[in-house]
Amino acid sequence: MELTSQFIQLIFSGLTIGSIYALVAIGFVITYNITGVLNFAQGDFAMLGAMLAITFVSMDIPMGLGIILSIGIVVLVGGIFERTAIYPARNASLPTLIIITLGVAIAIRGLAILIWGTQPRSLPPFTENNPINVLNAVLLPQSIWAVGISVVSLIAMHYFFNKTFIGKAVTACVVNRSAARLMGIKPEWMSFISIAVSAGLGAIAGIIIAPISGATYEMGLMIGMKAFVAAVIGGLTNAPAAIIGAFMIGILESFTEGLWTSGYKDAISFALLLLVLFFMPNGLFAKATGKRV
Amino acid sequence: MLQVKDVHTYHGFLHVLKGISFELNKGEIFAIVGSNGAGKSTLLGTIAGIYQQREGSITYEGEDIGKQKVEAIVKKGICLVPERRQIFDALSVKDNMMLGAYHRYRHSKRTLQKDIDRCYELFPKLKTMEDRPGGLLSGGEQQMLAIARGLMSNPKLMMLDEPSLGLAPLIVKDIMNILDQLREEFGTTIILVEQNVKAALKVADRACVMERGEIAIEGESKALMKDPRVRDAYLGGKSQSIPV
Repeated sequence: MELTSQFIQLIFSGLTIGSIYALVAIGFVITYNITGVLNFAQGDFAMLGAMLAITFVSMDIPMGLGIILSIGIVVLVGGIFERTAIYPARNASLPTLIIITLGVAIAIRGLAILIWGTQPRSLPPFTENNPINVLNAVLLPQSIWAVGISVVSLIAMHYFFNKTFIGKAVTACVVNRSAARLMGIKPEWMSFISIAVSAGLGAIAGIIIAPISGATYEMGLMIGMKAFVAAVIGGLTNAPAAIIGAFMIGILESFTEGLWTSGYKDAISFALLLLVLFFMPNGLFAKATGKRV
Repeated sequence: MLQVKDVHTYHGFLHVLKGISFELNKGEIFAIVGSNGAGKSTLLGTIAGIYQQREGSITYEGEDIGKQKVEAIVKKGICLVPERRQIFDALSVKDNMMLGAYHRYRHSKRTLQKDIDRCYELFPKLKTMEDRPGGLLSGGEQQMLAIARGLMSNPKLMMLDEPSLGLAPLIVKDIMNILDQLREEFGTTIILVEQNVKAALKVADRACVMERGEIAIEGESKALMKDPRVRDAYLGGKSQSIPV
């Protein structure tokens, strides 16, 4: 494969995986902004979405309906998670809340083993998956779906937070929680919405990656960790920066895998995390606030 | 309209309000003045439901609101314009105002624009900058926005915590005039917490002086302005505090 087509090929792969990380990273940012919690169960919502969609499709439920049902169920799980695990501990310290989310993540994975076992499963592509030739590089239609759905989801998120009244109320809680309460806004309710919406984004990520790389009970761990790295690159509070971070990681991984060895792709991502934490602890694009991630 | 009886509030172990009692009549402007740390903001926060009093009662229009949450109290028509404005700086002027009507938005979307226009009549400058992020406004403009945002909740009782803080004298005068206008045109009852004692007593019907969590003096504003203790402590006199 000539260099140009190899380059394009790696960019395609990077954008595909980056779009998945972006969706999960946005979930991290939304949850952190509104609740102050780093939700390490975020990646497992992706696994849950993928596994549920695979199950529904295997039950001969039409794929579109199965996907919508899966997202709906994961949103519900996210809401239940907030009410039963985060809300009762809302006054606890940040490390306690992080440990709670880690515990929930482990519980979700355990439940997934019981239900779906340890064998990898896969979801059929959304449409016929005949490769498209672009300058001698191969582009799978599922990759177009992945990037397309991610972009549409991110635009929808932007619309929700900037154009809808409830989205603005959520933003108000992020900007000034105590002033928001004085307007009659219930930050606890906003916390519920944010975690449920984040869970939904995670589910979408899992569903669109499942036809490309399959799904296992433990897929959420690595997706979650990479998305966390992307969110840290964005300073944990900056959604557009987290999206850029997600695509950076996706492309970096893709190039590491394509030009070097797949064994190092995870190490490269985490090395990037360490570099950001050591040298730019506010994130690559954050303004100086004195607050470190 | 509002009866505050023997209210005690604590911040942790710190006994901040030590038996505060006063009554407020409808359409009245009541000023609370006093030095830093006297408990003025805590008193407003206690009425607004931010802090829970340990003893005493707060009765609003015949209903005990002492143990109710902030959101419930806002719905009853009590609004607090907090100290240092606390506007949502990332949101536009108009969005800030709309969020002031959050608790009644779903029920009265149609009247929302009417209420926004009413606020623009009071603060015409806000209309010219309705799409500008709140964080880019000057201190005076932010204070106008904070009051307008409070008005959007259609309050019967409006509490303002140091609206003159950090503002130029001319702007303070404008804001005090607006308070008078609110009372005259809309019948809004107002509690005004101020360190600018002269401006507060000028606009208020009645006032009290708080010292170390207690009400030291209470009475007609005009009488307080002539009171030698107030004059000495706050209006350029000699002594630094009023004995409780």
